Amino acid sequence: MTGARRVRLQILRAVIFLFAAAFFLVPIGAMFEFSTRGIGVTAPRTLSAWAAIPSTPELATAITASLELAAITSIMMLALLLPTMVWVRLRLQGLNRIIEFICLMPLTVPAIALVVGIKPLYIWISLNFTDSILALAFGYLILVLPYAYRSLDAGLAAIDLKTLTEAARSLGAGWGTVMLRVVVPNMPSAILNASLLSASLVLGEYTFANLLNYENLQVAIQYVSLVSAGTSIAVAVASLLFAFVLLMILSFAGGRLQVRSPRGRA
Amino acid sequence: MNAAARPLGGGRRLPLSWLGVVPFFIYVGIFLLLPTGIILAGSLVAPDGSISLSNFAGINQPYMFKSFTGSLEISSVSSILGAIFGALLAYAVATGNPKGFLRRSVMSAAGVVAQFGGVTLTFAFVATIGTEGFVYLWLKDRGIEMYPNGVWFFDLPGLTLIYLYFQIPLMVLVFIPALDGIRPQWREATESLGGNAWHYWRYVAGPLLFPSFLGCTLLLFANAFSAYATANALLTQGGVILPLQVQALLTSETGSSSPGLAKALALAMIAVVLIVMSVYALLQRRTSQWLR
Repeated sequence: MTGARRVRLQILRAVIFLFAAAFFLVPIGAMFEFSTRGIGVTAPRTLSAWAAIPSTPELATAITASLELAAITSIMMLALLLPTMVWVRLRLQGLNRIIEFICLMPLTVPAIALVVGIKPLYIWISLNFTDSILALAFGYLILVLPYAYRSLDAGLAAIDLKTLTEAARSLGAGWGTVMLRVVVPNMPSAILNASLLSASLVLGEYTFANLLNYENLQVAIQYVSLVSAGTSIAVAVASLLFAFVLLMILSFAGGRLQVRSPRGRA
Repeated sequence: MNAAARPLGGGRRLPLSWLGVVPFFIYVGIFLLLPTGIILAGSLVAPDGSISLSNFAGINQPYMFKSFTGSLEISSVSSILGAIFGALLAYAVATGNPKGFLRRSVMSAAGVVAQFGGVTLTFAFVATIGTEGFVYLWLKDRGIEMYPNGVWFFDLPGLTLIYLYFQIPLMVLVFIPALDGIRPQWREATESLGGNAWHYWRYVAGPLLFPSFLGCTLLLFANAFSAYATANALLTQGGVILPLQVQALLTSETGSSSPGLAKALALAMIAVVLIVMSVYALLQRRTSQWLR
């Protein structure tokens, strides 16, 4: 690469990054600025909107519900998807394409369209079983399928599943032991990745909750915004920061775990 | 389960191994395939209970047509702009150090922001360029009025701008593998044959990247076409785009009297996304031929 072209490229890159940083960071900063405004034009900066979060019972309930939903969805996703994917790779190779097709299907069925078909199911569930918001986890599991499938698929492709399970089985391990003590410990970053992606998707979900008449975090933020814009924006900033923290955990833990487990790749 | 079932199976292994995938198929059967089936079947049931295509005639109304054009407009504008800006950002990332801090943080941030949407995202823009927003007030203090011809922010142009916030990062995520596949040797080969930068982009990199670029634009289109939460939070007027029309049919009194119409509309949306995503998959396959 010639010197002049290198300089030109670096200038171009700097300009692009500068514009991108402005476009993506200013709105988040503005949101924080907005949430610390006092009432009235000349009022001093205040954190009263933030302090009002715990004393708004609607928000506290919704935050708990969304966190519970995130945990339940992640656990259900792992319990349903991981054993199925392992089993198909070991015993039913022919089904691999079908499972993949089904798992990626939610990408071509928009949530707003799927909710039309799932609404009768939820009416039936709330009449016959429970009207708890935690029932949303059933639908959320479908929404996270494509993302969870892709990360678990990448994790399973990186380990020699057949040899590992055959070795464990020949030493007398049952399938439960194989799953929990052989497969899971060999793909920690893929499992973490799938769980955190699912959790962050659930925390940001609005379509299903709103149209199935449940009040999760995002729906509550919207309700509260009608009463107190400052408080709802404060919660929005907090939930966004929380998602960033989740992702930072993901990228750091993922990076470290990958360094530790190249042995499995053999 | 396996051990208990073995005596019954009488040593035939094939039927037993199917048991392992039964929970998965039951689950997706109930919560994914059954709802899709409900949409398909329900769209064919007329309000009087007979089987007909009358629901699709119901879509063919001026107000429905208007939301369809609205959806097409915002999806195509936001996907084309998102693809161009996203490709530029991806290029700036791909030409840097592949293991560097900058690339890692941009990719992580893109992963979060591409999923961002709904009320939170709308608030962020209202707090920035809304009429009480930070940037709006800052410019106003300096004598610059952002909306000299009326506030366009709470309408489709504003929504398009907000969509770019998640479209650009999505483009970075899906387009960067293609950019990484470009070898520096190809540029050197072009130069040693006497070609300049224009020749390189026009005859080497451009034709290689174009199918992927087009495919990623289609993915962005499908993404914008399906988005609902952001539009619902921003637009004060209902039914401007298709997802809001679906919502109106699902929640309003008139909707419950014609449930078939909501399903027909949902089916139409699925059909559009399905076609767009199929072309995307074809273009991606074409790209993956040289991408290794």
